[in-house]
Amino acid sequence: MEAVALILAALLTGALVLFVARPFLRDAETPDERLEDADPAAAERLALLEERDRALAALKELEFDHRTGKVSDDDYRELVGPLRREAAHALRALESKEAGKGEPVRTNVRS
Amino acid sequence: MPELGRAALVAALGLILYAVVAGGYAALRGRRRLLDSAANALVAAFAAAGIASLVLFAALAARDFSFEYVARSTSRELPMGYTLAAFWSGQAGSLLLWLLVLTGSASAAIALNRGLVRDVLPWAVPILGAVAAFFAILLVFVASPFATQAAPADGAGMNPSLQNPYMMIHPPMLYLGYVGLTVPFAFAMAALASKRTDERWIVATRRWTLAAWTFLGFGILLGAKWAYEEVGWGGWYAWDPVENAALMPWLVATAFLHSVMVQEKKNMLRVWNVVLVAGAFGLSLFGTFLTRSGVINSIHSFTQGPIGLWFLGFIAVVVAASTALILARMSHLRSRTRLESLVSREAAFLYNNLFLVAFALTVLWGVVYPLVSEAVRGVAVTVGAPYYDFFAVVFGLPVVLLMGIGPLVAWRRASLRSLGASLLWPAGIALAAGSALLVWGAGSSPAGLVGYTFGAFVLAAIVLEFARGTRARKGLEKGGWLAAFTSLVARNRRRYGGYVVHASIVLLLIGAIGIGGFSTTREARLAPGESLAVGGYRVELLGADERRGANAQELRANLAVYRGDERVGTIAAGKNRYLAEEQTSNEVAIRTDWLRGEDLFVIGDRFFENGSVYLKVFVNPLVNLIWLAGFVFVAGALVAMWPDAREQRRLAGRLAIARA
Repeated sequence: MEAVALILAALLTGALVLFVARPFLRDAETPDERLEDADPAAAERLALLEERDRALAALKELEFDHRTGKVSDDDYRELVGPLRREAAHALRALESKEAGKGEPVRTNVRS
Repeated sequence: MPELGRAALVAALGLILYAVVAGGYAALRGRRRLLDSAANALVAAFAAAGIASLVLFAALAARDFSFEYVARSTSRELPMGYTLAAFWSGQAGSLLLWLLVLTGSASAAIALNRGLVRDVLPWAVPILGAVAAFFAILLVFVASPFATQAAPADGAGMNPSLQNPYMMIHPPMLYLGYVGLTVPFAFAMAALASKRTDERWIVATRRWTLAAWTFLGFGILLGAKWAYEEVGWGGWYAWDPVENAALMPWLVATAFLHSVMVQEKKNMLRVWNVVLVAGAFGLSLFGTFLTRSGVINSIHSFTQGPIGLWFLGFIAVVVAASTALILARMSHLRSRTRLESLVSREAAFLYNNLFLVAFALTVLWGVVYPLVSEAVRGVAVTVGAPYYDFFAVVFGLPVVLLMGIGPLVAWRRASLRSLGASLLWPAGIALAAGSALLVWGAGSSPAGLVGYTFGAFVLAAIVLEFARGTRARKGLEKGGWLAAFTSLVARNRRRYGGYVVHASIVLLLIGAIGIGGFSTTREARLAPGESLAVGGYRVELLGADERRGANAQELRANLAVYRGDERVGTIAAGKNRYLAEEQTSNEVAIRTDWLRGEDLFVIGDRFFENGSVYLKVFVNPLVNLIWLAGFVFVAGALVAMWPDAREQRRLAGRLAIARA
């Protein structure tokens, strides 16, 4: 039984080592070592996109809450303006970034 | 085959250490192939842990007592189901289960998140590996399940309290919960290490957190059901330190699941969220330490061993490393968004967080204080149920109230007038329910009455939310009410799944108050033919007998149960004397009335030579709502964690633009 166990252990070790070494064996010819998304510009764009989506989702939620009656007409009028400005600001910041105008990236785009 | 088991564990340890070192180097130096290789090493370690687990299962199934672990945990007469469940009833086996689940979860989390958080993964791999390494080191050097001996004729058997069907699934559920919390912890720390603190780590781990939290919550309830049936003192939760060990991370994870929504919606509480994730993980380690070190004198801590110091050391490393990392990355976590109003959804989440965390810390103090007292003053003290009950009321009732208020308040800010209008119906219904209960005599437990009133408020708020939401959706889309309801839930599964979970908490509250505040009990010594009346029932002792069970002598008092003059059934309460284990356990009799949700619960406490029996009889009203809450809880959690194709598309689109 011990011999069987040893053979099994050896086979297992071999298989596991091969599996672990697979990335090196597979890409041996054309090694590309770059880790993706190390680009700070991509991270900035992502932050702006998050701001945009957050602002748009907040607007959508406010509309729905108003429709359900959870948000009164007065509260709605008070809240919707700043939210629209936030969304517009986020969109403008993204556009200027895309156009390469170099507007400073802000993590919070409230105006 | 113990050699194969040992070899598999050594291989797992080697692979995990490679994942830590290679993954760490790859993250620091930016080596893609090395990172992929390190991630593969975690998958390979999962395979190795799987082989070790199969070896242990095979040894248990064969009752191979040359394995010390098998001989310590089982016996020839132990039924096969419990024999296999011995895998997690002892220290070494449960550590192996930790390693198996952890390497499996780590491999799956890495594989599933390659697209979303590619830049966070380089640090997630070594962090997940470091946690796995701790357990692999324990298994190889400190508590191996593959230690061998000259096989004895029979094993020592299993603690009788563990011989219960719920104990076959309760521990794995808890471990899935404990281990599952490793994934959000690792990704949060990896996000900090890689300075990628946007919301992707939250999105990537949301379902892991929800799943771990669900397993933990359901596991706690399974443990409560086990305690109710097996420990047999008439209650369902005793604030035992090891019960509390699972409750603490669950409470902190509950706080996190709420506060993380504030981060997603308002980009606030970013520091708080990583603190909560680290806290939940630290408490899950602490829970394993309490269960497995034997440091706590508890009915649940079945094992003694040398691993306590190892655990304390590892917990200290985790706390120190996470604190240092959070402090080092504070500038990345600061948000310029501020709380706009104390009357808003985010404020309600904040209050709920404060109460939940305060309660978790209170429970932690109750668990730790006896240890500190014994270590510092040499005096053993016990923190009893009154301490926990008091704080459960002080912190629990406001949380329940907030479960009703929170959903009715708008994000950002709400005027008091608007809030008043939203609260009108639920508050009216709650007051009506409270008044009716007072008239019916529920005032005997003031805290219970307040709890029921708050529960009615929450249920009314939930129904109102579903009704208003469905009506609004019907106005927006074509189709009938059912289509509108389906669309409402599908468009925001987390919110409406969350409401179902809130309903389950109310069910649990109703059941817990029922048994805690309104149960009735009587005890008496009965001779055959005599009876005892309690809570609308009459229990008549028919006689006592003794029979041989699968692995125990079973002593039973046979009882006829009457409701009024009608005989509604026969039950048998008594004791089992386990032969191999040489221990005795209470085997309670429970008769459930499903329509009323109540149990008639009988303990056969003492048996006398002349055939008389000393009985303790309880009528536990509404207790079955606690168990029903478990199923509703899981249903709500499943709705909340169900994949959302719309969100996946949105995230994929956002990433594609960012990386373009």
